[in-house]
Formats: sequence, C-alpha cells, structure tokens
Amino acid sequence: MRSIVLTKGVPDFSEGAVSFDEEGHLERGKTPTVMNPNDEFALQAALQTKIRHGGHVSGMSMGPPGYAEVLQGAMETVYTDDSYLLSDRELAASDTWATAITLSAGLETYQEEVADIDIVFAGFKTADGETGQTGPQTCWAMDWPIVTHVVALDIDPDERTLRAKRLVEGDVDEIETVEAPLPCFVVTDPEFEPTYRTASQRLTRKRLRAETEERAADHDDHLTTWDHADLNLDPDYIGLDGSPTIVSSVDPIPKAPSEREATMIDPDAGDGMGEVLEEIQPYAAEADD
Amino acid sequence: MAAATDDYEHYEAIVVGCGPGGAAAAARLADHGVETLVLERGTEAGSKNVSGGLIYGEESAPYTLADLFDGVREAATERPVTDYYIHNVAGNSVKTYDLTDLHEHDTDWCDAVLRRELDSWLERRVHEKTSETGGGVLTNVRVNGLLESDGEIVGVTCDELEPITADLIVAADGVNSELAREAGLMDWEEPEEWFQGVKAVVDVDPDAIDDRFDLDPDEGAAHLFSGDLFDDVRGGGFLYTNEDSLSIGTVFHLDSLLEREAEPHELLDALLTHPLLAGWFENEYDEREYAAKLVPDSKKAAHREPYRDRLVLVGDAAGQMQAQGPIIKGMNHAVTAGALAADAFAVTRGNADPAAAGRRYTKLLEDSGTMAKLRPRRYDLARAVGEREGVTSAVERVLESPLGSLAVGNPIADRLLERAYNSPFLVSMLPDTKTGYVSLPTLIAEEHGKTIHWESEIEPPTLEERIGDLTYDTDVGNPHIELLDQSLDASGAAVTACPVSAEDFGGGCYRSEAVKTNGTEETLVSLDTQPCVECGTCAVVADTEWEHPRGGKGVEYREG
Ligand SMILES: Cc1cc2nc3c(=O)[nH]c(=O)nc-3n(C[C@H](O)[C@H](O)[C@H](O)COP(=O)(O)OP(=O)(O)OC[C@H]3O[C@@H](n4cnc5c(N)ncnc54)[C@H](O)[C@@H]3O)c2cc1C
Ligand code: SF4
Repeated sequence: MRSIVLTKGVPDFSEGAVSFDEEGHLERGKTPTVMNPNDEFALQAALQTKIRHGGHVSGMSMGPPGYAEVLQGAMETVYTDDSYLLSDRELAASDTWATAITLSAGLETYQEEVADIDIVFAGFKTADGETGQTGPQTCWAMDWPIVTHVVALDIDPDERTLRAKRLVEGDVDEIETVEAPLPCFVVTDPEFEPTYRTASQRLTRKRLRAETEERAADHDDHLTTWDHADLNLDPDYIGLDGSPTIVSSVDPIPKAPSEREATMIDPDAGDGMGEVLEEIQPYAAEADD
Repeated sequence: MAAATDDYEHYEAIVVGCGPGGAAAAARLADHGVETLVLERGTEAGSKNVSGGLIYGEESAPYTLADLFDGVREAATERPVTDYYIHNVAGNSVKTYDLTDLHEHDTDWCDAVLRRELDSWLERRVHEKTSETGGGVLTNVRVNGLLESDGEIVGVTCDELEPITADLIVAADGVNSELAREAGLMDWEEPEEWFQGVKAVVDVDPDAIDDRFDLDPDEGAAHLFSGDLFDDVRGGGFLYTNEDSLSIGTVFHLDSLLEREAEPHELLDALLTHPLLAGWFENEYDEREYAAKLVPDSKKAAHREPYRDRLVLVGDAAGQMQAQGPIIKGMNHAVTAGALAADAFAVTRGNADPAAAGRRYTKLLEDSGTMAKLRPRRYDLARAVGEREGVTSAVERVLESPLGSLAVGNPIADRLLERAYNSPFLVSMLPDTKTGYVSLPTLIAEEHGKTIHWESEIEPPTLEERIGDLTYDTDVGNPHIELLDQSLDASGAAVTACPVSAEDFGGGCYRSEAVKTNGTEETLVSLDTQPCVECGTCAVVADTEWEHPRGGKGVEYREG
C-alpha cells in the first residue's frame, strides 16, 4: 500500500501559545505553527494501513518552508517514511480552491515521479480555516472517489477495495458502512481510532517507532520540496491570483460591552445605607404589584 | 489442534511477564534462536514490581542475572552489598551481629536494586534480543487466561489482543499468577504460604549515605531488624542502601499479620521511627514511594513439578521465593528458573509430547540443586518437630525463664549465637515460629544489647499521603477486584491486612461499615479498588474475584 497523508500547519491555538494583538487579530509571527489537530486522525489511519498491510506512507503539505517542521512532527508521531512540501512564494495566500489545485498537482507529480498512490488520507477541517473543503476539492480535482467521516477502516489489498465505517450525523448519529475501489480519498473523522489487535501489528508499530527516531532526527534528508515549476503549475491559477475567494476583512469578535454601573457606598459613613434603601425602593414596589 | 485455533497468530514461545524470571527466560530463548513474544501488563517493565531488594549472584547457581545480561550490574543496579548486619531489638536496646559471613556464603556478587530501573533496562535488552529471532516485548498487554483446545493448553488470551498460540508458554507473571491458578497448579488459599512485603524508598543524598553508613561510593550496606518492634508479628525489617536513596521495609508471615490484626503500614512506621534509624536520617525524612506485594514462601509453596502441557511456571508464579532466615532470595531463583525453562525447551524442541519441555525443566530444577534450596529437606524435617505447638511453647517458656536468660545471656552464648546466625545450615532449619523471629532476638537484645538514649523525631507520611503520592491510571468503571462476600467473617481481615487500608480510614480500599437493615445493625465490608497497589493480599485473605487490572491500568511504581 502506498499512501499519502495531507497535513497542514495551523497556528497553535492552545492556551499560552496563541498570541493576539490589541485589536484581537491573530499574530501569526508570534504564534507557533503546529500540525492541524484533525490531521492527527488522518495520520493515524495511514499508520494503521501501513502496519496492517505494509507499504509506504508519505506526508505532504503545502505551505511556507516552516511547514517542514509540521511534516517532521508527522514523521515523529506516526512514522511517515518521507515528506513532500509544496512551497513557493507564488503559492502564498491560496484559498481552498487554489490549495486543492496545488495539492492535486502535488499528487500527480508524486504519481509521475515517485510511485502510484493507493490512498490519500486527509483530516477533517483545519483549526484555522474551518471550511472542511480542501480534502473534497482536491479529490474532485483528481477525479477519485472519496469517503468522508471515516471512523474505522479495512482494506482488502487483493481486491483493491476498502471498506469504511462512516459517522453520519443527524438527529441520531448513525454508522454507515461503505465500500470503495482504490485509489481513493479518505477523510477521517475525529472519532477515528486505530486498532491493533494482534501481537505482530503491535511489534511492527514498535519497530517503526524505533526506526523512525533516527529518520526524524535527520528530517531534511527525507524531505523533498517542490515549487510551482516542479508541479507544472501556471502562476495565474495558483496562489492569490488563482483564488476566487476574496477575504475582504476579518472581524474580531467584539468584546461584550459592560452594561452595569456601580456606585460605591461606605456603610459606615453617614446615611450610607439610607441611600441603598432609596435605590432599591422602586424595585421593591414593582415586586409588590 | 482444533481448526479454530489455527486462525490465531502463533509464536514458538510466549513469555508472560517481564520481571527477572521472564526476562531471563526470554533472553535465553532468543539465545537458542527461538521466536519469542514477551507480554507485560505494565506500561513499562518494572512499573508493577516491588522487591527489597538484594539480587544475589550465587556461586552454585547455573545462571545469574549478570551471566545472561552483560553490563547489567554497571547499568541497572544500585550499590553492591559489602556490609551486612542484623539488629536484635528490645525496646531501645539493640544488639547487632555482623552477618557478613552468612551473606557471603555461596555469594559471587550481590547488589541492591530498584525494580523500575532494573526491569525497564532488562526489558530493552530483551526486546533487542527477541526482535532478532522474530519476536519482541509488548507492554500494556495483560494476559487474562489460557487458550485451551481439547482440554490441552495451547496458548494465551489477552485483554488487548486476539488469542495467541505457542509451543511453549512461560508463566513468569509473578506472585498471584493468574495463569498458574487457572492451570490448577497453584492456589491462593492458605495465608501460611505467603509473606507480605511493604517498603518505602527514602530520598538521601549519595554523600550522606557514604557518610552515615561509613561507605565508599562503590560500597553498600544491608541492615536487618528483628525483635519486639513489630508487635509480635513474625517477620522482620530491612534497610538497603541504593545510590541516592534507602530501601526500608518489612516482610511478615501473612498468617501472623492476620492473627495479630496488625496494620502493615504501622509496622513499617515502627521500624522507620525506631531510634536506631534516627542517626541515618538525621531528622530528615523524604519518602519517595510506598509499595507492597505478596511474597510466596518456597518452603511451603514452591511447586515441585511446575508445568502442565506446554505451560511452565517460573519465579514467584511457581512459588520459587526462598526465605533463608533473614535473607530473601526470589529474584535470583526466578532468573535461574527462567533460563532453565528456556534450556529445557531448546533440547526438547520438536518433541511431539507437549509436556516434554516441562518435564525436562523439572529435572533441571532438581539436578541444578535449585529445588533443594527452595524446599530444603532439613526444613521439612525440622518443621515436623519445631512447628508443633507443644514444642514451640515449651521452648518459649524456657526462653522466658531465668534459665533462658542465663543460657542466652552468657558471653559464650553471645559468640555462639552470632555464629549460629551465620550458619546457612542452621538458618535454613529455623522453624517459622515466634521463637526465631521475636523471642530469641528480643532476649539477645535484652541480655547483650546497648541501650539507645535518644528518640526519633521522624514522622512518616500518613496512609492518605502515601496513596496521594502514588501514580495511578484508574480503569474507571472496571474494578479488577470484586468482593464476593461482604461479611466481616469472610472479608473483614482485609481491612487491616490490606497495606493501603486501615481500620477507621475512609480513603483506603477496604472499609468496614455498620449497616442497619430491618432494625438490626450489621458490620459489612466494602471495597473501592482505586487506591489498590495490586499487592495480592486480599486475593488470599478475603472472599474476592481477583484479577490484575488491564494492561497499563492501575498503580505505576516509579521506584519499585
Ligand atoms: C518487600 C519485598 C522485598 C523483597 N526482597 C527481596 C530481596 O531482597 N531479594 C530477592 O531476591 N527478592 C526479594 N523479594 C522477592 C522478589 O521481588 C520476587 O521474588 C521476584 O520479583 C520474582 O520475580 P518474577 O520474575 O518471578 O516475578 P515479578 O518480578 O513479580 O514479575 C512478574 C511480571 O509479570 C507481569 N505480569 C503479571 N501478571 C501479568 C499478566 N497477566 N499479563 C502480563 N504481564 C503480567 C508483572 O507486571 C511483572 O512485570 C522481595 C519482595 C518484596 C515484596
Ligand atoms: S485491595 Fe487487595 S490487592 Fe489491592 S492493595 Fe489492598 S490487599 Fe492489596
């Protein structure tokens, strides 16, 4: 099995890490980048596939050069074999559409230059964009089948099919089982949980962990960076120029105005308590009515 | 083999437990080229284990830990024991004997150990070795039963994994072995067959240890304690020096604890606060960890034929824990037995008879002299006379009489007694009565002891604080012990005997509560397993359905 996991860096929104300016705007420069938390489940699904069926997992991300660290993190946590970063000034400020075009170009290039892909794993929504569109759009651009909201996965490498359990949210959550041919896109749900029920699977996981420690330490040796030329992309269709979505402005959530007024009264001073009684008199009358 | 079991994964050998016994078995199996899977319930080997602990490399043993694991003494043990004393205590009177001769008898080397450090180091070596022959170590996996096919043991079942079959199954799962019990080889019935060990690891600076015990950095001391400081409970105390801590604990016969309704933590505190120890603490007491576990008494419990079908028992699981007078030897025998079981499998590999390895292992235990150490014939003979009540009380009466003091009290007797204590022959004969543990040491101290004229100012932590300092990963809603009979008669003993419970303490595992039903008041026992340290005591003394927690759950020792 040859899988790709798509992963993305997002600002670390955790307490203490995230930094906002006085206006309430996110300060990207001061906020560290971490892997999109929902990608973790995609990565776990890819690892499960590798442990159960063998093969190769590559991490792929589009973003600034700093995203190499996100890919390194993926290597450390789920033992990806190598990393591909799609990075280029021309790619900056892409919306989900342009991102999808770029990622699909990355996948095509991978198929041409590296190997045929069986499954592409993507996480469910990013922590900063929250559109949930990139995965499906990339898939659409590739013209592959897609299975979303996956909570459990079984693959039959001989039949070249996968069988997935999907969480269908509604009045009552339901689990639906679907089958799809390979190659295929899989979007994992945050409820996805990998299971390793045999001793050999667990031993494999342990071996991969040990092997990966060394590899992740020399991540640069396992990282390939592709720019728009490598990806055969016309600058007019990518980045800001290729993005039909225009973000006109981002509104900070306003602080709730304070509506209460307070008067300080010293109970020991003169007629202090008298004033209080006077103040509450009208309310007492209301209550009497 | 039935068709159903063919679907399961198969390993040539499965070793359950990665303590010293399991580690030795697995390492030796890998040496023989056997594909070996080791399953350990702790999150890391050692996280569930407790010993005193001095590990011995016996001259006469076919295998020692250092034979099997190159560099283990340098990397994973504490100080070697160079000084060895026993203190006979009567109140503030103490008579100390140098027991170095007894300690050195048949001893090639002996080191103090902390089990988290030692066992986790062993686990890594074992994983390396067994990986080379197609296996490895898996932690966080609890074996919960034996897989049988047509009435024959063919593998194991686990909480976390699908069943696994194997040609050899080594139960090295320690005291309260669920596998040994399920196989019908051991039971958890008789308190007489067990000791309960309780221990505190106390933080002390390495230089202070050198200074206060008069040691070089590469030397260590062992101090044993017996006499009247334990409320007449049969057993004793120990103190061993580690690199930067002290291991201080007590080991008592479980039946005696029950008889005296003693609180184990209070007996430990009696030792910790004895003025003799005050000089070693210098009024500073920083307890790192409180721990407890049952210890089998090989003299009564060691199984003479520890196997059934493909299953062999090694170490505590087989009751192979030798109390040679004050010297406790469990880890070394577990190592020997583990290696012998592996050798037995290697020579019988491919034999059609599933019990061939077990039979050979039993023979190796005999031929190597291991079984004779575990179940000394001398003890069986002496016990026949010495533990008969009439004889004990007659001896006790003599010791209490002026004649007794005269006999023990004269200067020649003092020298003879020190020599007698140092005789492995005599020590192995000591019957398990109050005489050896309490009366004689007390009398020695009274007659020959020096009186200590200061008091200890040490205040050990309360039980509540001790529990609070331990690390637990509680399996919420899935308690591993079920109390079957709540009556005081059936289960009341656990309220005192459980090392993390006490009469009038609401935060422990076992409590007794007055319950009113239909106007009559009755005292009932209740159980909350949250603070449980998995010592195994209540499996023997209360009416329970007792299992270990799932893999990785429950208490996690950092020192051990
Ligand atoms: C207070 C005290 C003091 C002692 N002092 C000494 C001393 O000074 N010298 C000495 O030699 N001995 C001493 N002992 C005894 C010694 O600790 C034991 O004899 C020794 O640990 C036995 O080794 P073992 O390998 O058989 O079992 P253990 O060391 O108990 O190892 C058993 C292993 O199996 C694992 N396990 C258990 N059940 C399962 C399961 N179902 N599935 C998977 N894994 C499982 C456990 O987590 C553990 O790692 C002392 C004991 C105590 C309590
Ligand atoms: S509940 Fe039982 S096993 Fe747990 S610590 Fe108490 S006596 Fe030991």
